[in-house]
Amino acid sequence: MEKNIRKNHEQKNPKNIRAIIECYEEIPCDPCEIACKYGAIIIGKPITNIPVLDMEKCTGCGLCIANCPGLAIFVVCENYTDTLGTVSLPFEILPLPKKGQRVKTLNRNGQYVCRGEVVKVIETKSFDRTPVVTIAIPRNKVDEVRGIEIPKR
Amino acid sequence: MNRWELIVIGSGPSGLTAAIEAAKNKVKVLLIDENIKAGGQLFKQIHKFFGSSAHYSGIRGINIGENLIKKAEEVGVKVLLNRIAIGLFKGKKVVVKQGLDNKGKNIEIFEADKIVIASGAAENAIYFPGWTLPGVMSAGAVQTMINVHRVLPGKKILMVGSGNVGLIVSYQLIQAGAEVKAVIEALPKIGGYEVHADKIKRLGVPIYTSHTIVEAKGNLEVEKAVIAKVDKNWQTIPNTERILKVDTISVAAGLKPLIKLVRMADCKCIYIPELGGWVPIHNKNMETTYSGIYVAGDVTGVEEANTALEEGRLAGIAVAESLGYLDKKIACNIKTEIWERLKDLRSGPFGENRFKAKNEIIREY
Repeated sequence: MEKNIRKNHEQKNPKNIRAIIECYEEIPCDPCEIACKYGAIIIGKPITNIPVLDMEKCTGCGLCIANCPGLAIFVVCENYTDTLGTVSLPFEILPLPKKGQRVKTLNRNGQYVCRGEVVKVIETKSFDRTPVVTIAIPRNKVDEVRGIEIPKR
Repeated sequence: MNRWELIVIGSGPSGLTAAIEAAKNKVKVLLIDENIKAGGQLFKQIHKFFGSSAHYSGIRGINIGENLIKKAEEVGVKVLLNRIAIGLFKGKKVVVKQGLDNKGKNIEIFEADKIVIASGAAENAIYFPGWTLPGVMSAGAVQTMINVHRVLPGKKILMVGSGNVGLIVSYQLIQAGAEVKAVIEALPKIGGYEVHADKIKRLGVPIYTSHTIVEAKGNLEVEKAVIAKVDKNWQTIPNTERILKVDTISVAAGLKPLIKLVRMADCKCIYIPELGGWVPIHNKNMETTYSGIYVAGDVTGVEEANTALEEGRLAGIAVAESLGYLDKKIACNIKTEIWERLKDLRSGPFGENRFKAKNEIIREY
């Protein structure tokens, strides 16, 4: 079943870009559901349901990233280039990294994974002060990289 | 004017929504608060709220506060700040003090037909050797300093307590430029939401469960913290001590409802640990055992902003109805909707205990 969904997604979406919602607890929260204008995130009632991503509808646009109060959504692209993938993540710490900047990327436990290059930094009014940073990294690291090292203060 | 139809004590989320709902229905409302700014805890909450997208989720607490204050002004609520309610007497008399005891002290007495006590909750202290050293403070105090006053309490922090307050304030400390050396939690499991814990884990903050603070060391201020692992009986396990070089120990050990005014008015209370301690008994209209006195928000049990907003609305609607400004049927429909939303907010593993506890209160009424 999962294999078919993945296959479908690859066929429809040659860049293989998709959202990953790392939210696995039943907490009362549903802004991701209405943030997605493609209806790809489903929570329903009660709002403590764990969000489910419809891979067929997800275009990887990233609107959900800034709208999640838990900062738990990432957009991952495995085919950015032949060798590189990207991870887009919410980043609310100043100073913001700049496009072209080389950064140290971190995993879910804050441990160093690899170097990456900042490809994009988006701040819009609708993101309400949650900038979204996209980093290019080796393709095989897209499921690991979830953070950027912040400079020592 | 000293006589009001409704006096709301406390302008946090529940006080604001209670005042707004009542005033929207033409009730003459006076809202008092001891602080220089209305909004209660909302002004420290710079993060985006959880909850239902139908009601304020995804919006930062500070903006919710601003919106509510604006709305209160629009619907004609009279707001008096810098006023602390120091007494609540028979005949629904509220004694209010302005200024300091040695400067500008002024006492006023207001009378009301109805009162909503929305006095919120205060943080618990925990005691350990060295707890009186400068540098030991509650997580709420840390949050006020960094988010409201833009002052760092220190540079290297130990956070004691992994409930949502401890986890969120740790994140905000990092945003403010401090380093959080560790979060410790006495229970074997993280107390708050996983997503809050994940945010700080990604930033390299270790969370040590089954750990307690043994001692704060320092000459004139905190210089080190000694932590240790605890066993099932809360006893520290020998040889597990670790020393952390920190200058601040932030304690996030839960809150307890501020029920002094409730007790002064002789409203019956009940002890429910899941809600933070002694809480006032109330009915589905948020009315206490003293007719005409209502309660809403954290004073009725420590929960969160979203439930406070809803309970305030309930109290405001119930007051308007009881004063004859709102048709019974319409009030009933609105209240039913609010109770549905409260049920939603109190569902899931984090809400279940609170849901049961709240039902117990209503049964006791």
